[in-house]
Amino acid sequence: MGNNNILEAKNINKYFREPVMFHVLKDINFRIKSGEFVSIMGKSGCGKSTLLYILSTMDTDYGGELFFDGEKLTGKPHEELAQIRNQRIGFVFQFHYLLSEFTVLENVMLPAKKLGLKSPEEIQHDAMEKLKLLHIEEQANKLASRISGGQKQRVAIARALINDPAIIMGDEPTGNLDSHNANNVLRIFRDLVEEKKLSLLVVTHDSDFAANTDRIIEMGDGHIIKQ
Amino acid sequence: MINWRVILSISKTHLLSRVKQTAIAALGVTFGIGTFIILVSFMTGLNGLLDGLILDRTPHVHIYNEIKPSEKQPIDLYDKIKNSFGVVHSVKPKFAQTKIHDALPLIGRLNDNAIVKGAIPQMKAQIFYISGSIELGGNLVGIDVLEEVRLFNFGQYVVKGSPEALNTTDNGILIGAGVAEKMSLDVGNTVQISTVGGALFPLKIVGIYQSGLADIDNIQSFANLKTVQRILGRPQNYITDINVKLFDIEQAVPLAQRIEKQFQLTAVDIKTANAQFETGTAIRNLITYAVSITLLIVAGFGIYNILNMLIYEKMNDIAILKATGFSGRDVKYIFISQAILIGVIGGILGLAIGLGLSILIDNLPFETQALPTVKTYPVNFNPMYYVIGITFAMVSTFLAGYLPARKAQKMDPVEIIRGQ
Repeated sequence: MGNNNILEAKNINKYFREPVMFHVLKDINFRIKSGEFVSIMGKSGCGKSTLLYILSTMDTDYGGELFFDGEKLTGKPHEELAQIRNQRIGFVFQFHYLLSEFTVLENVMLPAKKLGLKSPEEIQHDAMEKLKLLHIEEQANKLASRISGGQKQRVAIARALINDPAIIMGDEPTGNLDSHNANNVLRIFRDLVEEKKLSLLVVTHDSDFAANTDRIIEMGDGHIIKQ
Repeated sequence: MINWRVILSISKTHLLSRVKQTAIAALGVTFGIGTFIILVSFMTGLNGLLDGLILDRTPHVHIYNEIKPSEKQPIDLYDKIKNSFGVVHSVKPKFAQTKIHDALPLIGRLNDNAIVKGAIPQMKAQIFYISGSIELGGNLVGIDVLEEVRLFNFGQYVVKGSPEALNTTDNGILIGAGVAEKMSLDVGNTVQISTVGGALFPLKIVGIYQSGLADIDNIQSFANLKTVQRILGRPQNYITDINVKLFDIEQAVPLAQRIEKQFQLTAVDIKTANAQFETGTAIRNLITYAVSITLLIVAGFGIYNILNMLIYEKMNDIAILKATGFSGRDVKYIFISQAILIGVIGGILGLAIGLGLSILIDNLPFETQALPTVKTYPVNFNPMYYVIGITFAMVSTFLAGYLPARKAQKMDPVEIIRGQ
């Protein structure tokens, strides 16, 4: 993949219209190269999560242009964006959103089943591989609501990896974890970047975490201060 | 694009992880459909019974000679006062014989007609039942009993003895149940009857007739046509009434009109004779459907409510599904398929319960004086109602599920995640 830009934002502007008109993101421009581990830092309310939702294609109400792997995403229909999210982008949230009524294994398998490129047996095999990679394979058949927070976060990472995406985005993936588990997640991310050549974009408050990434984008009041 | 296996497996998990709520939603449908089946089966069964009561024994066309004044009085034929006003006092009915002229050839002609199932003669006579010094007024109808059984279910109304016995006993009588009770008569006894002219005849009772209408049972009896003709001293072609049964009841009106015109007789068709009856049937059907549809709509609201709640509970799931690449349409189908599954399961269960209770009702004893041949409640097991029931279950659950599912489709995952 070399030095290709996996993600490029051009003049991204975003307004909140409710309760009053508010300019959240102001002329955001940056690039993320393939295989880069980037963190976005900034104070609460500076718009970093909002930016992440736009980059992840979930929020389409913005001005400017967004390119993913050279392809323009701005203006594509929702169905197509969902397809891209499914196949090319992995997502890890702060509150490790899992489907609580499904088992750990089913949670990990679901995006692959949606993609539907592989047989159920292959998908199950892949899912077990991802769980092993994160050392939680023994939890595979437990319900997602019955495991600890640290384990949930690792399951969420396994789920993000299931379709071998080009980039993983995290919205404060360690924000809810103690330092031991946070270090664990950081190490997993590092391994993924080095071994799988994945790109990573993580929004975080944790400066220790950010210090271990390749590049820090600092945001303040809707601007990029430093990148 | 749409992976139904994944969608159905997700909705299955949603439904199974909340068995209680699913069961309540499904039971709402079950109750609605079950009640619909029972109501419709029972009501249409009852309607059928009542229809049969009237339609089976009422001739489709009844031909007779009516005693009435001439429509054209002599003064109407007098040309010179054509433009003035004629008043005739004390108009008397025209003298005419009560017998139908050339009845036997007419019956033959009717029976040759392809639309006629059968045309049979009757002769009605005023008589008295004699019991000691008491004379009870009554009617004796001379019939061709085997034809009556074939065309008008006559056998159903012979509660004791048999109609066939009348055929084999020349001087037999099927006596009305009311008369028999008043005079303490039973099958095998002999009853004396007298004609209006005063002649006495003994007749042997071979059966008891009960129509269920007391007014008829108190006066009417039946004997062979030939016997009645002999009692009254009439020849074999003396016939007062012809009853016609058609294959298609819709033909009754035109046929009656044609007969009236062609033969100058009075011919009454069943539609005219029983107009109020059809109205009753239509209104009963209307009530049945109104009640059933109300029940199903209530069940539909139950499903709507439960799915609506489910979607608010599952907001996180919706956000995750959308974030991991499920499109809004996929999410919509997940919830619609849950609604339809509830509808199918509840509906099939409702059909089963409806069928079970219908069978139970069909076997409940129902004995009444008015309907001597009916022993159990009438139920109509028309498969069409089951098709309607399951179709309505599917349609109403689909509609009930569609609105909440569309809400889920439109939910913005960013809003949900940000809301945490």
